[in-house]
Formats: sequence, C-alpha cells, structure tokens
Amino acid sequence: MTGGVLAWIASRWSSSVCRWISLVAMIINFVIVIVLWIESFSFMEQTGSPWLIKFTEPWVPSFGIDFSFALDGLSLLMLVLTFFLGILAVLTSWKEIQYKTGFFHFNLLWVIAGITGVFLTVDLFMFYFFWEVMLIPMYFLIGIWGHENRTYAAYKFFIFTQASGLLMLLAILGLYFIHGNQTGTYTFDYFQLLNTPLSLKVARWLMLGFLAAFIVKLPVVPFHTWLPDAHTEAPTAGSLILAGLLLKTGAYGLLRFVVPLFPEAAVEIAPWAMLLGVVGIIYGAILAFAQTDLKRLVAYTSVSHMGFVMLGVFAFNELALQGVVMQMITHGISTGALFILAGSLYERIHTRDITTMGGFWAKVPFMGTVALVFVLASLGLPGLGNFVAEFLTLIGAWQSNPILTVFATLGLVAATVYSLRIMQKVFLGPELINKILPDFSVREKIIMVPLVVAIIWLGLFPQPVLNTTKKVIEQVQINVEFLIEAKASHTSDHLDKHQGIKSEGGAYE
Amino acid sequence: MLMNKLEFINLLPGILLAGASVLVMLVIAFKRNHKLAYMISGFSLLGVFYYLLAYAATKTFSVEPLFIVDGFGTFNTILIVISTLAIVMLSYPYFEQREERKEEYYILLLLATLGAAMLVISKHFVSLFLGLEILSVALYSMIAYLRKRERSDEAGIKYLILAAFSSAFLLFGMALVYSETGSMDFSGIAETIKSKESLSLILLAGFGLMIVGVGFKLGVVPFHMWTPDVYEGAPAPVTAFIATVSKGGMIALLVRFFTQVDGYHYPTLVLIFVVIAITSMFVGNLLALRQNNVKRILAYSSIAHLGYILVAFLAGNESGVEAISFYLTAYFITSIGAFGIITILSDTDRDAERMEDYQGLFWRRPFMAAALTAMLLSLAGIPLTAGFVGKFYLLASGVSTGLWLLVVALAVNSVIGLYYYIKIIAVMFEQPKVEEADKLNPTMYVVSVSTVSILTLLLVWFGIQPQAMIVWIKSLLAGSIMN
Repeated sequence: MTGGVLAWIASRWSSSVCRWISLVAMIINFVIVIVLWIESFSFMEQTGSPWLIKFTEPWVPSFGIDFSFALDGLSLLMLVLTFFLGILAVLTSWKEIQYKTGFFHFNLLWVIAGITGVFLTVDLFMFYFFWEVMLIPMYFLIGIWGHENRTYAAYKFFIFTQASGLLMLLAILGLYFIHGNQTGTYTFDYFQLLNTPLSLKVARWLMLGFLAAFIVKLPVVPFHTWLPDAHTEAPTAGSLILAGLLLKTGAYGLLRFVVPLFPEAAVEIAPWAMLLGVVGIIYGAILAFAQTDLKRLVAYTSVSHMGFVMLGVFAFNELALQGVVMQMITHGISTGALFILAGSLYERIHTRDITTMGGFWAKVPFMGTVALVFVLASLGLPGLGNFVAEFLTLIGAWQSNPILTVFATLGLVAATVYSLRIMQKVFLGPELINKILPDFSVREKIIMVPLVVAIIWLGLFPQPVLNTTKKVIEQVQINVEFLIEAKASHTSDHLDKHQGIKSEGGAYE
Repeated sequence: MLMNKLEFINLLPGILLAGASVLVMLVIAFKRNHKLAYMISGFSLLGVFYYLLAYAATKTFSVEPLFIVDGFGTFNTILIVISTLAIVMLSYPYFEQREERKEEYYILLLLATLGAAMLVISKHFVSLFLGLEILSVALYSMIAYLRKRERSDEAGIKYLILAAFSSAFLLFGMALVYSETGSMDFSGIAETIKSKESLSLILLAGFGLMIVGVGFKLGVVPFHMWTPDVYEGAPAPVTAFIATVSKGGMIALLVRFFTQVDGYHYPTLVLIFVVIAITSMFVGNLLALRQNNVKRILAYSSIAHLGYILVAFLAGNESGVEAISFYLTAYFITSIGAFGIITILSDTDRDAERMEDYQGLFWRRPFMAAALTAMLLSLAGIPLTAGFVGKFYLLASGVSTGLWLLVVALAVNSVIGLYYYIKIIAVMFEQPKVEEADKLNPTMYVVSVSTVSILTLLLVWFGIQPQAMIVWIKSLLAGSIMN
C-alpha cells in the first residue's frame, strides 16, 4: 500500500491533473482500508490474535532491520482516519493552492505515506524511519504554502520534532543492544523486543527517550509550543493533517510502544503523566479562550483535547484506553473540520481575527450550521463523537485517579466556554464586515457533509470502532495488569537478573 | 633493496599514480593541452580504481618496513581514488573557464592523491610523514591556484604556514616517541609500550604533539581555525578535495595507528579525544549557525562531522571501524556532491558561495536544487540518504560500547546542525528575487552535471539499500585492522 503511495508520487510533478491523481489515489487507498475493516469483523471472530495481517521482508539483515508491516485493529482504524482526512486534504486545497501545485501534492502524499508507514510498521528502525519521513514534506508544506510567519513556524516544528525523534532513536538503539546482548539476536523486530527483560532503571531511561518523541508530537504541555505556530501558519490542508494525523502518531506511539515495551516504567510514571495530561487540558482550554486568531484558538483546543489522550493512556484500564482511541478519531474529525472552516473563512474574508468577524449566520447559514455541529462536538455534547471519547476516558481515569479526573472534568467546562465563544464571535453578534459572503460551494459541501455524518455516527454508534480495537486494548491492559500483580511476587528474581546487566553496562560509564 | 614481484603488485596503485603525474608533467613540457592533461589523469585514476577493485588484496601483505596493504588500506585507497576521479570530473569544466595555465593542477592533484593513498597504507613513521608531506605540499599550491583571486592566495599562505607548523609538531612528537621506544614502526612501538605498565611523561608528550599535528590536518577543535578561511578561499573543487581525501586519509591513518598502539587502554589519550570530539561537534555546529557563506557553513559543518566520526573512532571496536568506513563513504559522496554543485553554479567572477546565489534556485534550476537538497539532508542525517545510515551506524557503534555522553552530544548536535542545513534549503525554495543584478551566469557542462547526478543517485541508493555496501565493507575489513 505504501509502495503504491510512493510509486505514483513521481508522476506528480508535471501536470496540473495532479489534483485528480492524488484524489483518486487517496480514494483507492480509502476503499482498500474500508474493505479491510469490514473483513476484519469476521476475521476477528475466527482467530484469537489481534494481528490481522503481517508482511515481512528483510531490508538490512546485517543490522537486523526488516521491512515489516503488520496490521491490527488500532492501526486499521488509524489508516481509515488517515485516508479519510487525506481525501479531504486534497479537496480543501483544490482552490487554496494555486502556486506550485504539483510540488504541493507531492509533499502532501509523502506526508500521508510517512504517516501510513508509522501506523503500519512493526520494526522499530522502520518506525523511526517513517517518523522522520513524514517531517520533511510537512516542513515544506508549512514553509512554502503557509501564512505570513511561515518560515519561523516551519523551523520550530521541524527542530522540535527532530530533536525529540533523535532521543527516541537513541532509546531504540539502547533497546536493540540490550536485547542483542541478552539473546544474541540483534533485531529491531517489535515482537521480539517486546519480551526484552529490562531492569527498572534502564527501562526508565529508554522509556523517557520514546516518551520524549511522543509527547512532543502529541503535544503535552511543556513541549507544546511548536503546535500553535505550526497550525496557525500551515495552509488548511497542512493544519488538517497536522491536527488530524500527526498528533495521532504521538498517541499511537504511546499505545503501541511506550506501554507495551516498558510496562513497569510506564506504571511508575503514570501519575506524573496523568498530571501533565490534566495540566494540558486546563492550560490548553484557558489559552484557547484567550486567542483572537481563529486557527490559533483551534490549535490550543487541540492541546486541551490531547491532554485527555495522555490522561487515558496512563490510566491503564480498558474504558480509558477505548476512550483514547475514540478521542484520537473524533478529535481528528472535529478539529480537522474546524480548521477547514477557519480556512474557508480565510479564503472569503482574508483574516483569521475573530474580533473582526460577527453576524455571519444570516449570510452563510450552511456554514454556520456545520460550525455549530463541530463546536458542540468539541465541547463534548452527547450524541456527537467527542462526548463518547471524553466520557469513556474520564470514567476510566476515575478508577485510577479520582482527584485528577475531577480537574480534567473542569476542562470540559472550560471547553464549553471557548467553543461557544467561537460561535458567538463569528456567527452571532453584530455584523462587523459588510461583504458579500458566499456560502459553501458544492465542493466544500462534499467535504463537510461526510465529516458531519462521521461525527454523528461516531456519537450514536461507537460500537464498531470499539470492537475493532478491543483485542489490542485488552492485550495492552492485560500486560500491565499482569505486571502490577506479578510485581510483588517475583521482584527478587528480577532484581538479580538486572544487577548483572547493570554491572555489565556500568563498566563503560 | 630491490623490489620483488609481490611487493610491486601491491604497491602498483601508488606507482601508477606517481607515473601518471610524471606523464602529465612531460606532456605539458611538450605541448600544453588542458583536455589531454585531464584525460590522462582521469584514465589513470580509472585504471587504478579498476585495478584495486579487481585485485583487491584480500590477504594482508606488508611491504617491509614501510607499508601494509590490507583490507582497511585497500578500502580507503579505493575511496580516495574514486573521490579524486569525481573531483577531476568536476575540475575540468571549472578550470576550463578560468586560469591561463590549468594543466599543472592535475599534476598536483595526482600527487596529493598519491600522498593520501600512501598515508592510508603506511605502518611506519617515515612513510606516514612522507605521505603527509606529499599531500600537504601539493595542497599548498592547489589552494592558491587561482592566483588572481586575493582570497585564494590568502588561503594558500594561511594553510602553508599552519600546515608547516603542524608538521613540525608531528615530527617532534614522533621524535619523542622514537626516543622512548626506539622504534618507528607502529607494531614495534606497540610492543614496547605494552611492556610498560603506564605511559611515561615523554611518551605522553610525544603522543600529545602528534595529536596536534593530526588534529590540524583533520581540522578538529582546537586546531580548526584554518578550515573556514581555506574552504572559502580555495577553488571549489580543491575545497572538495580537502574536505574529503585529505581528511579521510588522515582519519584512516589515525585509526590504524591508534588501534595498533592500543591507545584505548590509556585513559589520558581517550580523554583527549573525547574532549576533541565533543568540542568539535559543538563549536563546528554553533559557529556554522552564524554564517552566511555557504562554503564557510560547509567548513564548519565538516568540523562537526569529524567530531561525529571520532565517536565511532572512540568506540574502538570492529563495528566502530565499519561505521567510520561507511560514514566516510557517505560523507565523501555528500561533500563532493555539495561542492560539486557549488562548482557548477560558480561563474568566472567568483564562486557561488553567498546565500543570495541560492535564492529561489529550486524554481530556476530544479535539478541542481534537488541534488543540493539531497546532499544537505544527507549531511543532516535525514532518512532515505546515505548520511542517515552513516549516522545511524555511528550512533549504533557508540551505543554498543556505552559511550552515552558522546552519543547524546551527537544527537544534540544533529539537531543544531539541522538548523543551518534547513536554512540553505529554505533559501532555495524561496521566491526568486526580481532584480538580477548580481546574478551568476555559470556555464553548464555535461561532465560535471552528470557527475553530480551519479553522486546523488549513489547517495539515495546507499540510503535505501545500504546492505550491499555494508557487506562489502565488512568483507574487506574482516580480520584486517582489529587483530
């Protein structure tokens, strides 16, 4: 699949039909994934394994690097989201991007290819590889087609993510050598590395390396500063992909790598991580309220929403983890939609400043309605997808840490405030601009209607999504629980083993 | 002493190079013809390259007492020869547009290559010093080759004075080591040292002075002062030569000497190299941030890259040597490529070194810009390029021996470095300026453009399929240097 994505990239350069080519490619991918998804229901009944498909081909055998992909419920859902938003990204840039169109689509598809790779691969080296591959085109997307302050934003985005990515690479290498020393097979294979026995001290360091990459990407509060800049300056399609997909790779990494690979260390750090999550929820909400730039406002709501992901992942129970998956998807849809709205408003009135807007409802009722749906979604109105996600997360988190959950719930109140403020300032109130505003065109309706349908569907019938990831989540949760229980019993046994490793590693320090 | 047949076969590459330079000289005496000189050097390098590939010494063979021809030496000689070949290809169009007397350049280039090739197979102080001097003396005049340019002359003189100084340091260091061990042969020195329990003061001073000499050649901090000026002043192809062949030869020698003497056992020496590595990385990258001249940026970045290589050097195991070999290959391709593009874009007035020369390059000459982007991303160590695999290899060798401090420094520096590479790339993708007053009008030549294309392809190829290269390096290195 990725191969396909890469292959037709070459043809992208020349013609102006590249829009159609990329659109068709996205749709093909989307259809493939949907078919897989439908098939997966029956498949999962038959077998016990959470993995649906595996594919392995050696790449650099001397390092133990394999070109290996595997698909489970989680990655499948993420792929559905990826290609869904991918189609929309192509559609939104249909008119916005008039300059160097070919190169734009080239970059867009590369980003999507990178993200696809991240969601699919089960080789840690390949994971890092794709992790980096998605950065450069994103840099170009922001740096070439962004708004006024684009160069700065692009730099900041690139350097933040690159720095944290390198820390992850170090952690991957550390894991690789520890595993190799113990078992004699040097490999980056996820399934083999899963069973690496690690001392708590080593695991802590390695986990911090992974965590660095993911929480910068997510982003968690002290590391979030790249996000508002990047989101604000990126073109609409760029913001859509950033918010909808890139942030999700961070969450995906937490679920796929941090918790399974280092369960002990993850349990240990959980209270802190949850605290950071809650800080993010509240901080993001407060800052969102203070913004006057529409895109920046939406960007800060992302910070706030991603706080829920952090909270949920480290609550370690099934409900919370299900909530996290839901949150990843619904946030992708609702925030993506808000960015598209901001983008289309910008196309019409050439400003993102909400203090100069007002009273648009009368002129653009369709746009207003759509906006209302997504604003309500982002504040967590029951019946829409986000509610399910946040509700599940909070119930789950309550079981492991009631106090923090209370504070997190406060974030929902703040969300109501900032969300309604968008409606209030932009669509209601007095008219400040006397311009003729065209309502959504057919193309824009084609973009918006599926989004609305998706978010309502997720709100009313979340069960298919929950079923798809059930196996994966159970696996994660069983691991952790097993560990917590087992910890008391064989601590002594473990310690002996690790003393050995430590002294081995210590000789070089 | 007469040479026997086996010795002759093993030293043939050097003899061929020396012969070629003499031939070029004779041809010039007979009739000046730029094309002819270029062809002779090109074909002789190609011949040497073919010879090395076909008859690559799988067994170690030593030519007593000066040389040792083993896998490591052969690998580096191949690297040096093929790099010089690429540089010759780039030089022809460059000099064709410039100097009156351009033929002598090829004599110097071949001699410098000979020096570097001798350096990497030497196992004796005498051959070391001779190789080094042949290399340096040729470089003095190559750097100042464009006599009409003030900065070229300045760079040449600067290099002359500093290199002479550093040679003196090196010689003095060798003398001290000799006085203590009574041997100038690497293995002889190693044996004497092994019998003592710790390094005596004189020996330590000797090694220290040698490090000064070597450090100067490598351009590592604190011996890096000459690098930016010389890089800037020298003609672009010569800069490529200094960045690759001259430094690479020295690294190879350092690896050979240090492993033979087993310097890893002496904490003082290791400490010195750790400090040099870390400061080189930081100083190189931080100073590069403030530059606006592309050649100077590349100069500072080369300081940092040498620091990276020292990480693998300090790992001091087999994977370290492999990492160095692979990284050198990647770095050679990248540097020659980058300077090659500068060469192509330069016109008769000056070299394309200002940031403004690159503004909007992507929209004017998409191919050149794409190639340069690939080179810069490779220097920055971004996936899909050889530089990434190389950097990965370096990190892996560092992690495998637990050099966490160095490894973290390398990671931090990669990020700093990224900033200025991205800066150049960003400039290339900007809108071109409207007024074209100070624009360069280079003439494009097929040879140089195709050379750069090949380099770019290689770069991406090694980035995607490093396996073949790694296996080849491993097979050449097997059992050569570490035992």
